[in-house]
Amino acid sequence: MTELLKTPEETPPSLEAGRGAAFGGWFTRVVLKNGPLGGLIALVVVMAALSKDFLNGQNLLNVGVQASVTAILAFGVTFVIVSAGIDLSVGSVAALSATVVAWAATHEGLPVWCAVLLGLAVGVAAGLVSGALVAYGRLPAFIATLAMLSVGRGLALVVSGGTPIPFPSSVSALGDTLGGWLPVPVLVMIAMGLIAAVILARTYTGRAMFAIGGNEEAARLSGIHVKRRKLVIYALSGLFAAVAGIVLAARLTSAQPQAASGYELDAIAAVVIGGASLSGGSGKASGTLIGALILAVLRNGLNLLSVSAFWQQVATGVVIAVAVLLDTLRRRSAR
Amino acid sequence: MTGVKDDVPGGRELLRVEGVTKSFPGVRALDGVDLSLRSGEVHVLLGENGAGKSTLIKMLSGAHRPDQGRILAAGGADGSADGLHEVHIRSAQDAERIGIATIYQEFNLVPGLTVAENIFLGRQPRTALGLVDRKTMRARAAELLRRVRLDVSPSTPVAELGIARLQMVEIAKALSLDARVLIMDEPTAVLTSEEVETLFGIVRELRADGVGVIFITHHLEEIGALGDRVTVLRDGRSVAEVPATTDEDELIRLMVGRDISEQYPRVRPDSPGAPLLRVHGLTRHGARGSKGAPARPVFEGVDFEVRAGEVVGLAGLVGAGRTEVARALFGVDRYDAGTVEVDGRELAPGDVRAAMRAGLGLVPEDRKGQGLVLDASLQDNLVLARLDRDTRGGLVDRRGQRREAAAVASQLKVRMSGLGQSARTLSGGNQQKIVIGKWLLTETRLLILDEPTRGIDVGAKVEIYQLINELTAAGCAVLMISSDLPEVLGMSDRVLVMAQGRIAGELPAGQATQDAVMELAVQAPKSATGSRAPAEAPKPTADGPTEAATAAGPAGPALSATPQNPMKTPGQSAMEGSDD
Repeated sequence: MTELLKTPEETPPSLEAGRGAAFGGWFTRVVLKNGPLGGLIALVVVMAALSKDFLNGQNLLNVGVQASVTAILAFGVTFVIVSAGIDLSVGSVAALSATVVAWAATHEGLPVWCAVLLGLAVGVAAGLVSGALVAYGRLPAFIATLAMLSVGRGLALVVSGGTPIPFPSSVSALGDTLGGWLPVPVLVMIAMGLIAAVILARTYTGRAMFAIGGNEEAARLSGIHVKRRKLVIYALSGLFAAVAGIVLAARLTSAQPQAASGYELDAIAAVVIGGASLSGGSGKASGTLIGALILAVLRNGLNLLSVSAFWQQVATGVVIAVAVLLDTLRRRSAR
Repeated sequence: MTGVKDDVPGGRELLRVEGVTKSFPGVRALDGVDLSLRSGEVHVLLGENGAGKSTLIKMLSGAHRPDQGRILAAGGADGSADGLHEVHIRSAQDAERIGIATIYQEFNLVPGLTVAENIFLGRQPRTALGLVDRKTMRARAAELLRRVRLDVSPSTPVAELGIARLQMVEIAKALSLDARVLIMDEPTAVLTSEEVETLFGIVRELRADGVGVIFITHHLEEIGALGDRVTVLRDGRSVAEVPATTDEDELIRLMVGRDISEQYPRVRPDSPGAPLLRVHGLTRHGARGSKGAPARPVFEGVDFEVRAGEVVGLAGLVGAGRTEVARALFGVDRYDAGTVEVDGRELAPGDVRAAMRAGLGLVPEDRKGQGLVLDASLQDNLVLARLDRDTRGGLVDRRGQRREAAAVASQLKVRMSGLGQSARTLSGGNQQKIVIGKWLLTETRLLILDEPTRGIDVGAKVEIYQLINELTAAGCAVLMISSDLPEVLGMSDRVLVMAQGRIAGELPAGQATQDAVMELAVQAPKSATGSRAPAEAPKPTADGPTEAATAAGPAGPALSATPQNPMKTPGQSAMEGSDD
């Protein structure tokens, strides 16, 4: 009992609460009113106040680059979470797809476009397998995609033999900049974000995602083929993971079988910070983008402030919890 | 039967409800309700669906709080104090402390735990070490089970018990709480007549022990058999308190409070059109029981047809297989034998889309659980069934959908703040309009309504009835499942009565009376133990003994069996019945 009482004092003072106490009330108000976007703005303001280098244009582009892979993964995961599922495999699938692209182009000498298509197909296939396990095998999504997490990572190691494979230079351009300043990963992120937004808002599968996530039985009784839709949903998640994997490998100029490990959790965090509910039925591409940006701003800002990587992990956890807590409060007060 | 019953009910007052009012968004569920319960009485709460019975008992069990009015309970749990004092029941724990136990229609049992564990859930006796004292728990459970005459071991997992026994376990649980007030919400709805007798025996014993019982039932004949006093609720008001000896016609009059013809504005074309739906020999075998015993079929040999412009009522007791038949013919669940034809073309089984393409629509019984995406907008709910039709070139025409949704919402007079409002925030009646509206936006020609007005206020009910009239006037057909007998009788052109998975009979509107329907509804094999026939047994023999027994009873003058009805003439097959 006495031990339990001591621990709270050892908890690190959170950064916002510590130095930005004056922001406290204002911070809460902005976030409560505007949800994730308010949180992002508040975080940017705090970081700008604490570090002169933060608002530098080059640094902001860096934030965008840092957010890109997480965001692309998270767009795919948004589909799954909106339909009340979960996808833990996206990090592994990203690594597997990138590895396949590099292997096909560099080792097997396939034309680059062919290799890229193959990599995307591998992502879709991984998603289809997860989807089939969930829809037809009736496995809980958590378990099916946990299995795929392991299988994908394993296959990436098998294909690569455990060592990084150089990425074809034409695809590596995806990791470069346009005109020497505009990073291509940011462009890819924006493009994928727009695609995700259109899928969610305007396509049959997108609208079905909300219905399935909101009430699967009602969706079924309204003539939606829930199982088929789930296949498509997980396949889309796999496809987005493949794109993210290729972007990541392009930035690193090599496909590394151990790349993107643990990214699935960042992706899920971004989706949830963006206002989606893990119980399904709600979520937005814009929210997910903001969620990914919040995580990136936080990491970038803490780096600038020379906060140790260990404390960065702590801060990230706190921000995830606080963001979702505030969002929950906001919704409750809106009711 | 009457020996236990006194004319002057019970002893001192245990519980009194005074002028209780409760509103939900859009509905005044209770409006100044009074109720008084004495020790040693069975007080029947009578009322139509939506009259406020459930709200009242939820208030007594801590699930709802009254907006106005008071609840008073007798003093200490030991019964020593005499006077009543006001109580505030804010939670199930509060209710428990006051000595109120409630047995809902849906049981609160954990299937994976044993009978004893369920009875003492959260209150398990502990040993000195703080561990669960299994031995004491089992012994005390065994004693309680003896009191409710339930012959199962306390260590039986609850999942292995049938519904009647589950109910007994619930009662044992209530007894373990030393409840002075026992509330039973339609306990007989799912029981066979033998089980009902057992239940009545237990209730009478409890009454003799001084327990006050609030008993909800829709079966009027049970009132005289068991009750002492009756409080009638209508539209959220307590309209009368009468002795249980009051005759049934008077009770119905009190309950309905108006002429049925006013309440059910039935308008029909003179002659129905061509057959739309034809169901033939539809059968689904039951799941095997836990001990490998062949279960009763879910439904068997179901034949009927529905014509254009017709409302066909599907009546029967809960569990008779009505909902299951509806789900099967709409393609939600599979069936093992039989055919479903629409316009003479056979429907692919297990394919909701095919059923929808053929012009079927289903408004499911569980509005919130199956009909609506509660957190989605009204627009999204309304257009859900036509999503594919609104998709062109891969994109959904959201603007067109908005137009369609707005049109149907205004046609149905949905009271809403806008199409963006979430379905959760609507009242029950308006929610139901949304579910129905969903099918108006597809080309539905046969609408299956499963308990369309359950939990809906009277005004919205009438609107839904008028909508049914509009649909039939436009040549659509309606198959209406309802446990609300006055509704079935008031709205249907024909009434099909299901019992134990079969169509027990068909009554034209002119001959359908409560008595005639109930007579058909309670026939067919009553005890699962009596007919151990395999699932595919020939119908007549499996049904023989019990049907002979009921058919020998007073036959309703209006009773006419359909040709498919496996019923036998009285006395014919009493000996034929296989009893192996």
